[in-house]
Amino acid sequence: MLPDTAHHHSSALAHQFDTIEQQRDATTLGMWVFLATEVLFFGGLFATYSIYRVWYPDAFGAASRTLDITLGTINTAVLITSSLTMALAVHSAQVGQRRLLMLFLVVTMALGLVFLGIKGYEYYQKFVEHHVPGSNFQFAPEYARNAQIFFSLYFMMTGLHAAHMIIGLGIMTWMLVWSWNGTVSREYASPIEIAGLYWHFVDIIWIFLYPLLYLIGRHVHV
Amino acid sequence: MASSTVLLPPHHYLNDGYGVKSWLLTRDHKRIALLYLAGITFFFFVGGAMAVLIRLELTTPAGDLVSDETYNKLFTMHGVMMVFFFLIPSIPATLGNFLVPLLIGAKDLAFPKLNLASWYIYMIGGLFTLYALIAGGVDTGWTFYTPFSTVSSTTNVIPTAFGIFITGFSSILTGLNFIITIHRMRAPGMTWFRLPLFIWSIYATSMIFVLGTPVLAITMLLVAAERLFHFGFFDPALGGDPVLFQHLFWFYSHPAVYIMVLPAMGVVSEIVPAFCRKRVFGYSFVAFASVAIAVLGFLVWGHHLFVAGESAYSAMIFSSLSFLVAIPSAVKVFNWTATMYKGSISWETPMLYAIGFIGLFTMGGLTGLFLATLPIDVHVTDTYFVIAHFHYIMVGGAIMGYMGGLHYWWPKISGRLYNEFLAKISAGIIFLGFNLTFFPQFVLGYLGMPRRYHAYPPEFQVLNVLSSAGASILGVGYLLPLGYLMWSLRYGRLAGSNPWGAVGLEWATTSPPPTENFAETPTVTWEAYQYDAPAEHHAA
Repeated sequence: MLPDTAHHHSSALAHQFDTIEQQRDATTLGMWVFLATEVLFFGGLFATYSIYRVWYPDAFGAASRTLDITLGTINTAVLITSSLTMALAVHSAQVGQRRLLMLFLVVTMALGLVFLGIKGYEYYQKFVEHHVPGSNFQFAPEYARNAQIFFSLYFMMTGLHAAHMIIGLGIMTWMLVWSWNGTVSREYASPIEIAGLYWHFVDIIWIFLYPLLYLIGRHVHV
Repeated sequence: MASSTVLLPPHHYLNDGYGVKSWLLTRDHKRIALLYLAGITFFFFVGGAMAVLIRLELTTPAGDLVSDETYNKLFTMHGVMMVFFFLIPSIPATLGNFLVPLLIGAKDLAFPKLNLASWYIYMIGGLFTLYALIAGGVDTGWTFYTPFSTVSSTTNVIPTAFGIFITGFSSILTGLNFIITIHRMRAPGMTWFRLPLFIWSIYATSMIFVLGTPVLAITMLLVAAERLFHFGFFDPALGGDPVLFQHLFWFYSHPAVYIMVLPAMGVVSEIVPAFCRKRVFGYSFVAFASVAIAVLGFLVWGHHLFVAGESAYSAMIFSSLSFLVAIPSAVKVFNWTATMYKGSISWETPMLYAIGFIGLFTMGGLTGLFLATLPIDVHVTDTYFVIAHFHYIMVGGAIMGYMGGLHYWWPKISGRLYNEFLAKISAGIIFLGFNLTFFPQFVLGYLGMPRRYHAYPPEFQVLNVLSSAGASILGVGYLLPLGYLMWSLRYGRLAGSNPWGAVGLEWATTSPPPTENFAETPTVTWEAYQYDAPAEHHAA
């Protein structure tokens, strides 16, 4: 009934599971199912974006060209690098290198913070340029009405993405504590693996947002 | 059927710790199920109170009891409370929570802490919505159609939408918990095709929870952003399209109907074989019909938009797809009926509810075909025909299933038997009251009475009075079980492990079950519903 391995790691094994393998399997699958939920959550936004872009390609192009492509590209690179460091953190956890694990977690968090800082600066720019939808919105008159939809989507999509990043930073802090106090070990690395799945997912959302918001409209000539 | 000397087991989940803390911090799926039971019962009676006022207003043609604004708020809150805080969590969160681990031979759900968190999230969302109600209510209808909800309405749209947004996470996490539990926690030998059909239904429901609810969540956020910050998504003045809101809303809210009715179908699939002493007819067809309903349910949302400016071409496609749902639904109805054929039927309370479900669900489903038919839908859109149709599904279907399940598993939950005579009477009262309430509404709708008005032409009065009279009978039918079930908790006869002589793992453990569910993990070597096999077969 109780194999030796289960007995050995009894502190990490929750009462409802028989073995640590079953627990690891269940928690990993749980995160995948949660990510399916997330796909549909962002899916509503992507559907909305697609419809309005088909309807208003010129306004979307004009609005897209006001975004800072340099900052957007730098941020994409920052985020992809953070995915690399996250993958290295997962590897370090699996081979039981605690110091490296903590180092990579800290670097991942730092890159996340850089991303949010740059995003915040971009928001500030949009605010100064009166590109935030609402009563102070200003834009070239021929596109003003529909460009507002683009910026509404821009703030909603990047805003929800940023909210996911902030939640991710919270999870990373938690994982850092668990790595520091030894809760996470080579035998019980699944919390780091699951946190990694979440982090990669948030990155993948950005991989779609970046071309949709920064790149795709640029070729539309006015 | 129970053996002569029945004793309560010395240790069970109800005496494993007393006091508020042992309940509010519990991780036992059975106790969490009871927390949910308290929550949904509360919100059911809040939503029911709104229904009482609506039916009172409609006894006279003039709008004399409440103002039109108040009436708008009443039907909105009736819908919001009943749909999001009663019907959607009803069977999954109470019976599902209690039974999923028991039926598959597990010690608990895969994520007990997450399960408790789901209940707190549900309660916070519910109390938030209750606050919106007390602070003045909301008048958009439970459907929150734009641009009224984002531009025109001056009522508490955002607190209500936020309450629904929060509660959505409870649905998502509950669905996630069930999916993982069913995949990874089954007892040895419990293969997919040995699972009770209730589990298949809960699994299909969980798919909708996980894939549908997030779309409602983002839709509610978009409504809030448009209302708060004037972000343009749906407002035509900002270049948005109000019909897009309807697409997004119904992408969740049509499958939500199957969230309500699939678990009830699962309950009926347990009750019918138990009280006919027969293996369910066509097990795998019933199982796959649940999955088919869940999948098809995602492809039919457009039938809510036939008169909203949807193109004739999409309307035709959505109409045809909606007809397809009838196939798996009919498979289930025919298979339950075939199970009863030549069965040794006994007429205890759960069976009365199950038969009530089959009849009323059939009527609700068939009138759904009327509504999927384009020309008829144009005629009866936004009339009482639609109201009657979906109440046959939600009340006649989902609540009958819920009541049947509650009566079937109550001896397992509480360890005691309720008063069978009173229970049969109230099942009869509910069936009669329900039909008297809602059948006249089919006629009213066909004659052209629109929904959501507090006044109507005098020629509709007779049918409205019939409907209101039925509602008061229905109300009595719902209050009676509240009384005798509470009474049974203290004074009911002890049930013993298996008062119905049913098969299924939940009946192999004590009533009430111990906290860890089974003294030792069971090993399953038999198919579900083996009522023809010798009794010792099930005792393993």
